[in-house]
Amino acid sequence: MAAVKSTAVATKPKAIYVDTSKCTGCRGCEVACKQWNSLPADPQPFAGSYQTKRDFAPNTYTFVRMNEVATSDGEVRWLFRKSQCMHCTDAACVEVCPKNAIHHTDYGTVYRDADKCIGCGYCVNNCTFGITKLDEVAHKATKCNFCLDRVEAGLEPACAKTCSTGAIQFGDREQMLKLAHQRLAALKPGFPEARIYGEQELGGTGFIYLLTDRPEKFGLPENPVVPWTVKIWQHVVRPAGEVMLGGTVLALLAAALLGAGKTGKVDKAARTGSGTGSNEGGATDAKS
Amino acid sequence: MEISRRDFFKYSGATLAALMAADLGFDTTPAKAQANELKIKFARATPSICPYCSVGCGILVHARDGKVINTEGDSDHPINHGSLCSKGAAVFEVAHNPRRLTRPLYRAPGGDRWEEKDWDWVLDRIATNVKKTRDAGFIESEKGLPVNRAENIACLGGAALDNEECYLLYKEMRSLGIVYLEHQARV
Amino acid sequence: MDPRFTRTSSQADLYAPLRPGTDIAFIGGLINYALENNLYFRDYVVNYTNAAFLVDEGYSFHDGLFDGYDPQTKKYDGKSWKYAMGLDEKPLKDPTLTHPRTVFRLLKKHYSRYTVEKVCAITGTSKEVYLEVAKAYCATGRPDKSGTIMYAMGATQHTVGSQNVRSYAILQLLLGNIGVPGGGVNALRGESNVQGSTDMGLLFDQAPGYMALPPAAPEYANLKGYLDKETPKAGFWTNKPKFFVSFLKAMYGEAATPGNQFGYAYLPKRDPKKNYSYISLFEDMYDGQIRGAFFFGQNSAISGPNSNKENSALDKLEWVVISDLWETETAAFWKRPGAKPAEIATEVFLLPAAASFEKEGSITNSGRWIQWRWKAVNPPGEARSDLWILHNLHRRIRARYAASHATKDQPLLNLSWQYGLGEEPDIEAIAREISGYDTRTGQQLTTFLNLADDGTTVGGNWILGGMYPPEGNKAKSRNTADKGGIGSYLGWAFAWPANRRILYNRSSADLHGKPWSNDKKVIWWDPVAGDPLKNEHGKWVGLDVPDFKPTVSPSDAGGSNPFIMRPEGVAGLFSKLNEGPFPEHYEPFESPTANSLSTVNLNPVVKIFKSPMNERGDAEKFPIVVTTFRLSEHMQGGGMTRNLPWLAELMPELFVEISPTLAKARGIIPGQDVVVASARGEVKAKALVTNRWKPLMINGKEVEQIGLPWHFGFMGIATGDVANKLTPHVGDGNTLIPEYKAFLCNIRGVK
Repeated sequence: MAAVKSTAVATKPKAIYVDTSKCTGCRGCEVACKQWNSLPADPQPFAGSYQTKRDFAPNTYTFVRMNEVATSDGEVRWLFRKSQCMHCTDAACVEVCPKNAIHHTDYGTVYRDADKCIGCGYCVNNCTFGITKLDEVAHKATKCNFCLDRVEAGLEPACAKTCSTGAIQFGDREQMLKLAHQRLAALKPGFPEARIYGEQELGGTGFIYLLTDRPEKFGLPENPVVPWTVKIWQHVVRPAGEVMLGGTVLALLAAALLGAGKTGKVDKAARTGSGTGSNEGGATDAKS
Repeated sequence: MEISRRDFFKYSGATLAALMAADLGFDTTPAKAQANELKIKFARATPSICPYCSVGCGILVHARDGKVINTEGDSDHPINHGSLCSKGAAVFEVAHNPRRLTRPLYRAPGGDRWEEKDWDWVLDRIATNVKKTRDAGFIESEKGLPVNRAENIACLGGAALDNEECYLLYKEMRSLGIVYLEHQARV
Repeated sequence: MDPRFTRTSSQADLYAPLRPGTDIAFIGGLINYALENNLYFRDYVVNYTNAAFLVDEGYSFHDGLFDGYDPQTKKYDGKSWKYAMGLDEKPLKDPTLTHPRTVFRLLKKHYSRYTVEKVCAITGTSKEVYLEVAKAYCATGRPDKSGTIMYAMGATQHTVGSQNVRSYAILQLLLGNIGVPGGGVNALRGESNVQGSTDMGLLFDQAPGYMALPPAAPEYANLKGYLDKETPKAGFWTNKPKFFVSFLKAMYGEAATPGNQFGYAYLPKRDPKKNYSYISLFEDMYDGQIRGAFFFGQNSAISGPNSNKENSALDKLEWVVISDLWETETAAFWKRPGAKPAEIATEVFLLPAAASFEKEGSITNSGRWIQWRWKAVNPPGEARSDLWILHNLHRRIRARYAASHATKDQPLLNLSWQYGLGEEPDIEAIAREISGYDTRTGQQLTTFLNLADDGTTVGGNWILGGMYPPEGNKAKSRNTADKGGIGSYLGWAFAWPANRRILYNRSSADLHGKPWSNDKKVIWWDPVAGDPLKNEHGKWVGLDVPDFKPTVSPSDAGGSNPFIMRPEGVAGLFSKLNEGPFPEHYEPFESPTANSLSTVNLNPVVKIFKSPMNERGDAEKFPIVVTTFRLSEHMQGGGMTRNLPWLAELMPELFVEISPTLAKARGIIPGQDVVVASARGEVKAKALVTNRWKPLMINGKEVEQIGLPWHFGFMGIATGDVANKLTPHVGDGNTLIPEYKAFLCNIRGVK
């Protein structure tokens, strides 16, 4: 029996399409991710719902958000969304990384090179969705790498492969978008708020969601944006700095501009689920 | 999102220190993605079936140098086509788990701890117990008819065993006369 | 339909809540709906079920009881639960289904009481949702539609568990949903090989392949008596003597001869007055009758009902042997919270077993596929496969008896055990013996049809016959072709019986052998197929192995009788179980309400264990309905999941799901510790307050319901109280499967 199927790798943009109308929250993807990436468990106490994990962590690249929503007719809906690095085209982390440790791959996904990462935390501070975390022991930033080793070998990412309901699918981005649009057309009559998320957002993301309700019901911002500090850095300070200033001065400016904003730690509001969902760290399992 | 001023300085200060310690500056050369070598590239894949529920999903167990290095769904399998739920996806941790039993253990009557024993010792002692108990309570016949049963030994389990194991278990226990033969199918 | 709004419910097009323990009312209402609205599949019902058969005049039903009930013994005599016979000794029939004594009319009458209003009052389901379910499901009664019923322990673990499942079968038969792709009554079995272990007969009254272990009764005194009693006069089971004698040959080998009735006397004969099943086993262990016990991969301290009592029972053993991968709660019973090890005199042996991928062998899934697992690595340390453990234990026990000439030891000394002389038994030899071979030639048999009743064949388990033909072990087959696209995968693994994937698939075709519908075709009669030289003029062909004699044409005698395992050749809408021929709704052992369909509250044949530590709770003291359930992240008693960090991380401890209204009434804050109490015990759990649970209106009164998972225990990484401390020692009227799924409790917050 062949150990690994090897196919020629095409360098078309790839994407993972997550259909929330098919996810049953079994969390196979969470375990498969840990297994493939050799991530140890990150024990959490019971927190009042099935969703034990509330935030990303150095050992947690992905987790399923579970959100109970009461409908107008007194019924309940239970929404599940696997969350992880979105692999943005307009990726703040790529822009702010001083060591080029984070960059876009030929597949359009965002890769974090642990060897190059120095743990400065800029990517952590500036991630639009608050996903990247800092491993304070290893002094490395951590996030989903789209299983680049698997993709390069012609295999599906671990989460997509393990999903037994077909809620997580991997393929050419174009094809994934096509599937998403077909599904949206089928769901729209029953789910008027259904929409695709990630087609346009942040220049298009490597994870494309079919949401059956408004983004905030799934813990996603309606209009995700790259922080203004990153934009100033990207368009003004860094281009100028590379020409006129020395590395040290640039570094000082970077620390002032990019170190601000978010920390890698989860704020209180997000922990308790009372956050308004301005980023990924908030609104988990809230009774909205 | 709030952050205190003090946290801000602490944090960006640490960042700056890290940057300076590295090489004082920014790397402006373009990057190229380079993933690590696929860990299962030189592994031997053995087809297995998931040990959890009864759907019967296929699992490939990748091993190298006698150690399991990866487990994932068997893409060729007609039931799961490579997919696995959280339990099936976790089977790797059955292979690598310090909580697994690796020695026969014995707890003496009234004892408060396990003692490690070797197989010879435990199998002999169990055989002695079985014979003693069986011989003490064996019902050979009733009303002139052979009934050959031992009502003082019970045997439970089997749903976690392979068919061939269940079959040996059946033969072995019935040959001893055991009628209290039950397993998970009843509960 | 589920009392719980589960993660699966979240993706359902239609979700119907119902009170635990009211399945028969729910399904009975659907049966009534299908019949009243003429939505049943008439041609199928008339020809392939016993709907047209006339029932004996003595049959009656009144106020919750069928005829022939003896309140003293709590048993029915069942004398009139049979067909009315004509002068030709054949059952009388009325294919027009108009005769008032037809099964069809009696069924219709029985379920006419299950009106939508009545059903919804019992189940608590809203009328609107119920009618939506009825409409959607009964629409599958058309020839070009099929509907499937999938169930698990939520259906079976009731005092009416067997009749719950029978009610599904009746509904499916009325809608023509048996034997067709996408149809069936499908048990989603819990453990990876619980189908295989059941097939192998690991139940007190069973022999492999669903044959009976003989009772110690005069009519079973010899092999002939057994075969006379156990072999029906018609149907495929007329072959039973071949299967049973081949099983005896597998048991006793050369010691099984025609002269000694193939060793029939060696088989243990159970006391017919005794029930040795799970609950009784633990009752008898508690009483001190059982002195030693084996547990092979079964964590009874967690999974058994009335856990406090069952743990106390373990204290009374002289010795116990546990084979497992982990130190389970059953292995550690002597140090459970509250126990005093010094006072527990049990000798405990804990044997380290191999995991599935550290050995080889086959397992059988819910669809009866027998799949081989190859060995990937060695087990850790000195861990050994259960096969090795059983083999070496047997050899040591046998050696102790080697010098004995006592008759009581002959069953053991004559046991056939030809699996090699090494420490590791020859697993292929075991697989070959299970499948069957000819003793004269040593040749493997290709099918169970080759088994003989004269001692010339060995077949350990007839239903697996042909799994290991001369060309090799078919459980290892890995051909992924799916001929016809209906998911048969005939070249993948081996399915019993005879590699058939859809049982009773003859019923997917009409009387003339033509599929009822082109997109539901499985097998059909091809008049030009077959080998004329073998006198075959036409044959059943198709996308599956026909579950029918392939050369019997539709016009031959029995050619349109798809249900070959039944003497009548048709399915039994009217069929005997201990409680009667039709499923009737009774309330659970502990219920918040009286039965509104009759004055009989509890299944009248249920055995009540009036023994210590098994109190029955009432609704006054315990007003809340509780059901226990499983989580997708954990498995049964939890050994295989609560010891894995990744799974412990996902579901770290015991919780109880309660409605916001109950939380408010009891002053319970989400996430706080609560105590759930039943008449048997108390457990501490974390409160999960959720809109997924809500009180139901039951017979005009609001009843709260809660649910708690039962995987947890005091060992492992993910720990918690044992939910089964709450459940009672009471079981189903036929199987004695415990009623885990519906009982009463109360709940309070703890500071």
